[in-house]
Amino acid sequence: MLEALLTNPSVVVPLVGALVGVASSLVGTFLVLRGSSLLADAISHSVLLGIVLVYLVTGDQYSPFFIAGAAAVGLLTVFLTELLTRSGRVKADAAIGLVYPFLFAIAVVLINVFARNVHIDTDAVLLGEIGFSWLDTVSVGGVEVPNALMTLGAVTLLNALFVGLFYKELKLATFDPGLAAALGFSPVLLYYLLLGLTSVTAVTAFDAVGAVLLVAFIIVPPSAAYLLTDTLWKTLALGVGIAVASSLLGYLAAIWLNVSIGGTMAVCTGVFLVAAFLFGPRYGLVAQRAQRRRQQGENAARTLVVHLYNHESKEEAGRENSVSALRQHLRWDDAKVSQVTAVGREQGLITLGPKRERLFLTDAGRRLAREVWEPWRRE
Amino acid sequence: MPQPTPRHEPNLALHIEDLTVAYNDKPVLWDIDINVPPGVLAAIIGPNGAGKSTLIKAVLGLLKPSAGHIYLHGEPYAKQRRRVGYVPQRSSVDWDFPTTALDVVTMGLYGQLGWLRRPGRAARTKALSALEQVGMADYAERQISQLSGGQQQRVFLARALVQDAQVYFMDEPMAGVDATTERVIIGLLKKLREQGKTVIVVHHDLQTVATYFDFLLLLNVRLIAQGKTSEVYTAENLRAAYGGQIALLQTAQIPQTPPTVAETV
Repeated sequence: MLEALLTNPSVVVPLVGALVGVASSLVGTFLVLRGSSLLADAISHSVLLGIVLVYLVTGDQYSPFFIAGAAAVGLLTVFLTELLTRSGRVKADAAIGLVYPFLFAIAVVLINVFARNVHIDTDAVLLGEIGFSWLDTVSVGGVEVPNALMTLGAVTLLNALFVGLFYKELKLATFDPGLAAALGFSPVLLYYLLLGLTSVTAVTAFDAVGAVLLVAFIIVPPSAAYLLTDTLWKTLALGVGIAVASSLLGYLAAIWLNVSIGGTMAVCTGVFLVAAFLFGPRYGLVAQRAQRRRQQGENAARTLVVHLYNHESKEEAGRENSVSALRQHLRWDDAKVSQVTAVGREQGLITLGPKRERLFLTDAGRRLAREVWEPWRRE
Repeated sequence: MPQPTPRHEPNLALHIEDLTVAYNDKPVLWDIDINVPPGVLAAIIGPNGAGKSTLIKAVLGLLKPSAGHIYLHGEPYAKQRRRVGYVPQRSSVDWDFPTTALDVVTMGLYGQLGWLRRPGRAARTKALSALEQVGMADYAERQISQLSGGQQQRVFLARALVQDAQVYFMDEPMAGVDATTERVIIGLLKKLREQGKTVIVVHHDLQTVATYFDFLLLLNVRLIAQGKTSEVYTAENLRAAYGGQIALLQTAQIPQTPPTVAETV
């Protein structure tokens, strides 16, 4: 029963995608918040060098040393990038762009020179072969379990443990590294651990989704989650949720359209991002536009009460504080005049005279006008 | 109990000797000697690029000095961490970070909690009371990007208050804040001094420096002068610190009444 599930591609493939997504968006959230998401791009490419070097030394196609090699090359990427940036001669983004193509290129040359007979094709490096992830299995207690599930399960657990245990420390080190260091937490150590785990995630996910798609999983779900909430743990949870949903929907879409599974999974993360961008509750385009409209309405009401307040105790009050003055002096059209006066009366800020021409402030209106004029007196 | 290593200048809140700090090969602070007694409200003043922030960062171990030593209440910073509070420049963090005002204040308690331990209910109570002290209790659950600059600065101050420190270092807490916030901040600083704490503040406004602070450190890459405001706040010292960057508007050269000064752009 279990074995049947674990050898069924339509169970294993979306599950592998979901594990890649969860592991990636856990570390990705902190990279995105820190403004280092491009380092994920760099790492996911340069780990190829780690893979190639370990292969050349051990001659194994699958070896636990791949993890160590990838982590080492990932950290080397970060270290070289920081070294270049700190020299003050190269800007941070250019430093990233200099280091990882260099390491990636070395890997490509090494493959060509020493491993010509090994099949590493460029599609697999860039996009992965998630559709075949159920084929390689290991026997665990007599049950055949796909390799990818084992390794990605372990890495997901590792990342979850790291984020779970050091949640407080990661939050502080990401938000305010200066205070983190002053309080005795080592933000540099946490940062390198985070990027080390990113490298380990990259190398384990490499077979399944390749270098480019992995970047989508690291950067896009956290970025979408960031647009949807204002709390860090919710950003993490939503990012994980979006990654899982993208894997499932992406798999279904790929089967339906008969196209690349990894590709549709990545496209799905993008769909979530666009949706969050448009319909997010606070920062979404739609919500922002509604808020702007509300603010414009509020400002019009404020303009009205300030105008009335300014003139009400002066001799021109009869002329200025009237509906016709709103048309002639404030240059509001009829629609706006009737709308703003209606809102003002609804909110109890103004009252209309018997002939529906004179405008009078209520006490509440006067209070609002004073607040607008002298906000420092609010308390 | 074994006898602890002898303390160096234990009667001073801050003791710095021969401190030189350099970025790459460019020295930012040259051979600084500073002695701040406990219980004062001290301002670090000096022109842009004088090394004011650098000095604070060096004290807190965020920058490695190329020479010299720094002691707080007789011990190096690493041993005094729990007794030192820090308010960085407001612009040094990303205020779009997904978190609330209350959560930022709680971060001030992370040092006391140490690794792995999570803040609990007691931490929440402390953080809320600190927010109340800065007049921000109503904003506890607000996302920090929704606060005004002055409110953000007050949140930072509340975060330092929960650290319950003996010595506070604050980097420009009154830069670009509204009048209400400035009043709240200076009131709190004076309260901290009344409690016997030492507060050392990077300050940029020469108009208010003499009324707010009772101790001054005048800095311009080297230390120009230090001591009680009444003794140090003189036209001569200010000219030495600021050079041509200020116009002295004062007419009579009476050392007891500090000169009125204005910064030229």
